[in-house]
Amino acid sequence: MSGMLPAAREFARRHRLRAWEALPWLAALAAFFAFPNHLSFGTQVLITVLFALSLDLVLGYAGIVTLGHAAFFGAGAYTVGMLAAHAGWNEPLSGLVAAAAVAAAIGFLSGLVLLRTHGLTLLMLTLCTMALLEQAANMGAAWTGGFDGIPGLNFRRILGLFEFDVLYFRSQYLYVLAVLFVCFVLVRTLVYSAFGQSLTGVRENVLRMHAVGAPVRSRLVIAYTISAALAGLAGGLFTQATGYVNLAVLGLDRAAGVMIVLILGGYGRLYGAFVGAVVYLMLEHQLAKAYPTAWQLGVGVLLVLVALYARNGILGLVEPLRRRLAALRGIPA
Amino acid sequence: MSGAAPMLETRGLCKSFGALEVARDIHFRLERGARHALIGPNGAGKTTFVNLLTGVLAPSRGQVLLEGEDVTRLAQAKRVKRGIARTFQISQLFRGLTVFENVCIAVAERMGAGGAMLRPAGAHEAVIAETTRLVEMLRLAEDAGRRVAELPYGRQRLVEIAIALGLAPRVLLLDEPAAGIPSAESHIILDAIASLPEDIAVLIIEHDMDLVFRFARRITVLVSGAVFAEGTPAEIAANRDVRAVYLGSALDG
Repeated sequence: MSGMLPAAREFARRHRLRAWEALPWLAALAAFFAFPNHLSFGTQVLITVLFALSLDLVLGYAGIVTLGHAAFFGAGAYTVGMLAAHAGWNEPLSGLVAAAAVAAAIGFLSGLVLLRTHGLTLLMLTLCTMALLEQAANMGAAWTGGFDGIPGLNFRRILGLFEFDVLYFRSQYLYVLAVLFVCFVLVRTLVYSAFGQSLTGVRENVLRMHAVGAPVRSRLVIAYTISAALAGLAGGLFTQATGYVNLAVLGLDRAAGVMIVLILGGYGRLYGAFVGAVVYLMLEHQLAKAYPTAWQLGVGVLLVLVALYARNGILGLVEPLRRRLAALRGIPA
Repeated sequence: MSGAAPMLETRGLCKSFGALEVARDIHFRLERGARHALIGPNGAGKTTFVNLLTGVLAPSRGQVLLEGEDVTRLAQAKRVKRGIARTFQISQLFRGLTVFENVCIAVAERMGAGGAMLRPAGAHEAVIAETTRLVEMLRLAEDAGRRVAELPYGRQRLVEIAIALGLAPRVLLLDEPAAGIPSAESHIILDAIASLPEDIAVLIIEHDMDLVFRFARRITVLVSGAVFAEGTPAEIAANRDVRAVYLGSALDG
């Protein structure tokens, strides 16, 4: 390997796991033992991480600007909720599979149409897709519970072993963490593959991507479908963990919220979803406790600061530091 | 019409946008291994012609043939797979990515690896080897790890050529490869073009007459979307009409 171009060597190695990548998972496990009374909150954080991760694949990597990603979260959440309420289908893992399948189907079909457009048109169409689903959920009260949603859902034991813990969320937390881990491995594999690289190419210059003979639209539709499935999983987990589903799962609030999480953490960098979800939800939690009426003001100020001084999010701030460390380590070699 | 079909040919190619005719009945042949230049005043329709050849635009009438085979209805990506590659007048690069990654994306697509989802991009050894070869061939090795946006413009133009060569083209269309480069740097482009593999048919659109006359063995002059003259460099240089409409002082100077 010594004769290899340094850039080629770097490229051939960049997908390898680095030691620090264990940190988020160790932190999540540590939190399980350190904060046994806050696992309900922790579960929400993990679900948000998964949701933001699904958005990162399309927004951060493929550059698909969407404001309607909650459509898929909501589709997954309602799939699990309606199956449990009306079909007695309350086995959690198969429920998740159904959630992912329904969300993927919606992602695929809407993607076929939406991804012919870009820019503002695309933005509006993603919003419209979500609004259509929201209205459908609102009007189909016999199935969806309408405005009130479906409360009081019960699910069977996870793998037949672990009962959902209504009070402390212990099993939910670990269950969501396990699903998140599997999804993360999938997303990480994708973004470091040639497919992921071609998505980055589309984001950076779609004209050039066409000119190198890449089937741009089908790549985008595939990415959008996978992302929708992951968002659907997050939604399904939400319904199972909390035991209810209502219209809030597919509104603009949730779609904008997850985008804020991703921008805050840093998009197009995998771990931005983790950092963003933790910081945003903690901040929201603390501010809401301290200033019950004006907490959104604090979030707003933070966003303005990020937009002005940290375009690449919190992780973007850390990056120069990391590069300097790497350079320091490189000197003796 | 003796011998094999030309590498690339157009027959009666027309394109109009409403009342505006940007390509008028263009009959054009690009032979195997050609070094052919397309010149003409601004607005003559040169880039439009390239867009018609590559499939970015669909002609209103007429045909595009690749080795005698009609590709007029083929989409751009399919033509690339058949061996038609281009560079852009205004660089179209992946600016946030490194030089190596820029070339690698093209090579991966050509080798059919671009859609592979489970294997890491860095594990495609053939793609990496070919990318390395091209980066070294265009003398970009030193900059291979740098982001394209950080490169001086002249070096960026080389990346543009490297990407096109990464597609293993049989026909290479260079749309003003030296445009926007300070004259002190333009020799890098000249060197790169001079060392292109002999078997590739090259069509170059260029305003720089030095470059055209040094490079081309055949020249087509396009005026108002129509072929105005065609011939060897000597014939074109001697053509009074061409001098009148276009070359003028460029040749006298």
